[in-house]
Amino acid sequence: MAAQAIFDEMNGHGGRSREAYRVLQDWLKSVPPQLLEHRREEAELFFRRVGITFAVYGNAEAEERLIPFDIIPRILSGEEWGRLARGLEQRVKALNLFLKDIYGQRDILRAGIIPPELVYLNPYYRPQMQGLTLNSGIYVQVAGIDIVRVDDQDFYVLEDNLRTPSGVSYMLENREVMMRLFPELVGMQRIRPIENYVDELLGTLKSVAPTSSPWDPTVVLLTPGSLNSAYYEHSFLADRMGVELVEGRDLFVRDEMVYMRTTEGPKRVDVIYSRIDDDFLDPLVFRPDSALGVPGLIAAYRAGNVAIANAPGTGVADDKAMYSYVPDIVRFYMGEEPILKNVPTWRCREQESLSYVLDNLHELVVKEVNGSGGYGMLVGPHATKEARKHFKARILANPDNYIAQPTLALSTSPIFTETGLAPRHVDLRPFVLTGRDGVRLVPGGLTRVALNEGSLVVNSSQGGGTKDTWVLSE
Amino acid sequence: MLSRDADSLYWLSRYVERAENTARILDVAYRMASMPISYNDGESNEWESALITAGGIDQFRAAYDEATPENVIEFLAFSEANPSSIQNSFDTARQNARSVRSALTSEMWEAINSAWLDLRRYKSRTIKVEDLPRFLNLVKEASLRYDGSAMRTMLRNDAYWFSRLGLYIERADNTARVLDVKYHVLLPQDAPVGGGIDYYQWAAILRSVSALVSYQWVYHQNLRPWLVADLLILREEMPRSLAACYGALSRHLDDLSHRYGTSGAAQRQARATHAQLTNRSIEDIFQHGLHEFLQEFLADNNRLSLAISNQYLC
Repeated sequence: MAAQAIFDEMNGHGGRSREAYRVLQDWLKSVPPQLLEHRREEAELFFRRVGITFAVYGNAEAEERLIPFDIIPRILSGEEWGRLARGLEQRVKALNLFLKDIYGQRDILRAGIIPPELVYLNPYYRPQMQGLTLNSGIYVQVAGIDIVRVDDQDFYVLEDNLRTPSGVSYMLENREVMMRLFPELVGMQRIRPIENYVDELLGTLKSVAPTSSPWDPTVVLLTPGSLNSAYYEHSFLADRMGVELVEGRDLFVRDEMVYMRTTEGPKRVDVIYSRIDDDFLDPLVFRPDSALGVPGLIAAYRAGNVAIANAPGTGVADDKAMYSYVPDIVRFYMGEEPILKNVPTWRCREQESLSYVLDNLHELVVKEVNGSGGYGMLVGPHATKEARKHFKARILANPDNYIAQPTLALSTSPIFTETGLAPRHVDLRPFVLTGRDGVRLVPGGLTRVALNEGSLVVNSSQGGGTKDTWVLSE
Repeated sequence: MLSRDADSLYWLSRYVERAENTARILDVAYRMASMPISYNDGESNEWESALITAGGIDQFRAAYDEATPENVIEFLAFSEANPSSIQNSFDTARQNARSVRSALTSEMWEAINSAWLDLRRYKSRTIKVEDLPRFLNLVKEASLRYDGSAMRTMLRNDAYWFSRLGLYIERADNTARVLDVKYHVLLPQDAPVGGGIDYYQWAAILRSVSALVSYQWVYHQNLRPWLVADLLILREEMPRSLAACYGALSRHLDDLSHRYGTSGAAQRQARATHAQLTNRSIEDIFQHGLHEFLQEFLADNNRLSLAISNQYLC
């Protein structure tokens, strides 16, 4: 993983373009740049008009901003995707088994594979889930696994997002826009479709409904409300699934059953696709000051009268300290070697690692174990001396709260700029669905791209953009 | 459907309709104010009666000294202090639209969203009085586009009916207030016909509810004040009349009660008011007192709005 020539998704390590990109590259050579510029403007207009916006916290001026969209697709061959898909399925299966174990028998702790305090002292560990048997056995129905690569061989997992991963609406809308803007290009090759995602999601959610519901289960999507940064996605998914988009105040609990308030009176709810943090789900159990949640929800859940997807407490498996144990978790539950790699990780909670990290801050990325969205992290090589000094103090004050990783030479993919194509770093977030009846995976994901030259931060809250992701059929 | 979604749809339509009504009121004030002074009724200034019609005179007085054209335009079209200013109405409409996006068709959302984006480009202090008509046209077109999208693209189910209820409650309120502010110029039944100053006042009333041409088609004669009142209160074929609004309100409330299998206070109240409007003559109303009639109507209309809210929206 050491410094080397940066791998480009289109051009490899320089020289000949890679097979999957051949059609695209020929096409790019044949069209005038003005046409691309024109289509790019059309794309922006489309996003603005449809209102696909994204709220940036702490930025009142740009209350609703567009996530920049780049018109050059990111392409994976069928073979690459096949490998990735097997790895994703393996990893998510293992993580589900891990959660079931942690909140049940705790075999993995007894086997001494994970330090118990990493579980019990984890802020996302939910004692309320302990000893509760979910009849579906599934904790993570929707996972968004962040993938990066440094060459054409290996896929590395950067993060497992197991709580409320977002971005799938951009994956779907990006394809929609590409088909609208570049029908000729899209028609030149066989791109595997992704539009069935919403159907698969609904199927997954229905599959985990309480067995006590004798009817076609009623699914709702629970949102914190229209001020949430991912609100567009919430309404998009609810609409496409044809389910109600509810806020906490639309639901109430009576006799351990969940109901929503409708114009025809109360209606029973069987499955809640929750896009609210655990902390806010039920003020009687979690944060008492939460106005977003539903009092009594957890009691109804524990009584087995409603399913919540993802289950509360899944965060214990996706924090950055636990991340470094995931390869062991895969081996323990699956009895197999992990297909996807982990980025080497130093846990600052361990003395030896801590001193290594402090000595090598200038070449490491340091992250808070529970942070997300690119907030609260230090990208060593790009930080000023001052910033590194400042961060050092923060690490020392609470070493358990930090992990460090080498700065990877993330692969790049060309984007369209005013001066032509230019390489920018990308990652990929595929979405893995797990129901009672198995894993569903649509071929693709959200490709995020760091639009600033040289930048490694792809988060949309930090100036990242997105691209359409094509998986070619084999 | 979710009560909160129904509530958002109801208010979304109310606010779009309100923005259009305010635009029409401003349009008429602009037109009247540009006439020679002697054609005004001499007492109130047109900008001030625009304020009274739009229903914000007290708030206006708290914030401004004088009803100058610039002040009134700012207050009715742009002011943040006025919750019913055109821009605030579109802000509120869009907020409601955002919270209920899954119940809107994409055409409706795009109508609201693009109008909101367009209107935000106008700022109170940079707009010149002579640019006002273009701005107002934009508002009217936005409302037309929203309404047209709703009519053409929405499923005929409860979502549609709730959005219609909001529109007709707001429209009835507006027509009644337009009439009430000017009821004094409609009073004298034996006033000299045509030509005089009043003609322009009557025409202005009709224009503010876009009924000037319709008047000619219905009555085939010169403007007469009681016929203006007849048209806007009792004629069902006139889409902004009180009778037409209540015809639609009771029809859509019946749609809801058929769909849900129960009816309640809202249905009863709408039917009662509608019956009143269909069984009365304009002479009867003038006898009773036009102003009194309109005041009672406004109160009834408000009660119906509350009944709908209690029955369905919370």
